Amino acid sequence: MAETFDAIVVGAGPAGNAAAYTLARAGLAVLQIERGEAPGAKNVQGAILYADALERLIPDFREEAPLERHIIEQRMWVMDDESHIGTHFRSNDFSRPPHNRYTIIRAKFDKWFSKKVQEAGALVICETTVTGLLRDGAGKVIGVQTDRADGAVYAEVVVIADGVNSLLARKAGFRSELAPKDVALAVKEIHFMPKELVESRFNVQQGQGVVIEMMGKITQGMMGTGFLYTNTDSISIGVGVMLSDLMEQRLTPYELLEHTKAHPSVRPLLEGGEMKEYAAHLIPEGGFRAIPRVWGDGWLIAGDSGMFVNAVHREGSNLAMTTGRMAAETIIDLARAGAPMDAEHLAAYRRRLDDCFVIKDMKKYKDLPDIFHANNQFFTTYPELVNGAARTMLTVDGVDKRSKEKEIFACFRERRSLFGLLGDAFKLWRAFR
Amino acid sequence: MSAGKVEEKLFQNRYVIDAGHPHIRIVDQARCQSGCRQPCLVCCPAGCYTLDGSEVVLITDGCLECGTCRVVCLARNLEWEYPRGGYGIQFKFG
Repeated sequence: MAETFDAIVVGAGPAGNAAAYTLARAGLAVLQIERGEAPGAKNVQGAILYADALERLIPDFREEAPLERHIIEQRMWVMDDESHIGTHFRSNDFSRPPHNRYTIIRAKFDKWFSKKVQEAGALVICETTVTGLLRDGAGKVIGVQTDRADGAVYAEVVVIADGVNSLLARKAGFRSELAPKDVALAVKEIHFMPKELVESRFNVQQGQGVVIEMMGKITQGMMGTGFLYTNTDSISIGVGVMLSDLMEQRLTPYELLEHTKAHPSVRPLLEGGEMKEYAAHLIPEGGFRAIPRVWGDGWLIAGDSGMFVNAVHREGSNLAMTTGRMAAETIIDLARAGAPMDAEHLAAYRRRLDDCFVIKDMKKYKDLPDIFHANNQFFTTYPELVNGAARTMLTVDGVDKRSKEKEIFACFRERRSLFGLLGDAFKLWRAFR
Repeated sequence: MSAGKVEEKLFQNRYVIDAGHPHIRIVDQARCQSGCRQPCLVCCPAGCYTLDGSEVVLITDGCLECGTCRVVCLARNLEWEYPRGGYGIQFKFG
């Protein structure tokens, strides 16, 4: 296998596929290496696909990509143990093509995306684990070592898109080990049921879908969220919490998932479904401050490997596709100019990211992870207070409304104090603005 | 399904087991015993870490390859690699 390519892409997730597709379309000789049996076999996501990032790569993807349902309704639930209070946003606008986002099943979707990569001319090899980067005497990355016999392959540049754990970047010293406070563990199950049942249960028509995001007691006091997504004939249900919180208590992730599924607001939605898979995945949620240096001599990092996730807006795969595409565009520009793939020239990648929504959005919320870590009342006290307030106001029991308001305000003051309430409001305003 | 039965969940998954080649290894059991709170026992979503007496036992067959154990092992007491190409969990849906 002692061949030389223009570029090697490690990993066949959204970042790796976007990079390999873009590079191959530009006529570069691309090798993409994936450790799973097939592209997608190692990949886990909720999963919501935001159309925009893919549309910029494959404008007519809607005609052939395996999409589940387009989302017409978003529900946000703030939960205590017995109740939820929340918002719904549903619009007929979302029913009109072109649709803005879809639920997908990653194993199916990734296989399709990889087919597009291969059609574009990249060589994709699966069932091959990259075990390390090859470097020359000066430290420049010149290829990768794989676990195949004679498994060294060489290239002008390597795009590291091997996912959140990025063993490659860590072994090479490009990135430090993940800190428990910078990463969430999400566990999920997929439950199959007839598509008519999904549609009647969620009040949607054929092809339409609903997403439910959950926060509050659903994470048992830990920083995190739950989610429920409608697929064509299945439902994805999951919950994610920060590892720094998970390791400080005694509840296992699968017990946490069982609690989520058993919540009185969730359980009826899963009724009659058949569970067909249980998955777990880390999500890099450290935000802007956790982003490592993503370029160097002969290498670029894209996607989860570079911690590119906007946890506030539950966006990740679109950042992965965008960073993958921009890594590729940087390489293409240099190749066309005949410039060397060294750190000085590849730094253009970071400037591209700075100028687009990826870094702009992540910078906007840079303080949010720290604020939520230091203030777990947002996941415990407030959900209980707002649900309690709703319950008090909506229970008709002969108590006059002014007395009920007083009771509610007294509850808030007792649990958080006046200064606590004002302080919390200020913290949130500062972090979100 | 009863709460917390992880085996019943893992039973639904598809694995290609690389018999005799576990991809994660506890480096030094003594380090697990010297004051470590053993978060691996709680945090692993596949329940791969159990106690045999006081000894931490790792069986990687049900591993979901998420990386949690490595991140929470602050003693850096794990040798953690991905399985060889083609082995390990193969997600049907992901």
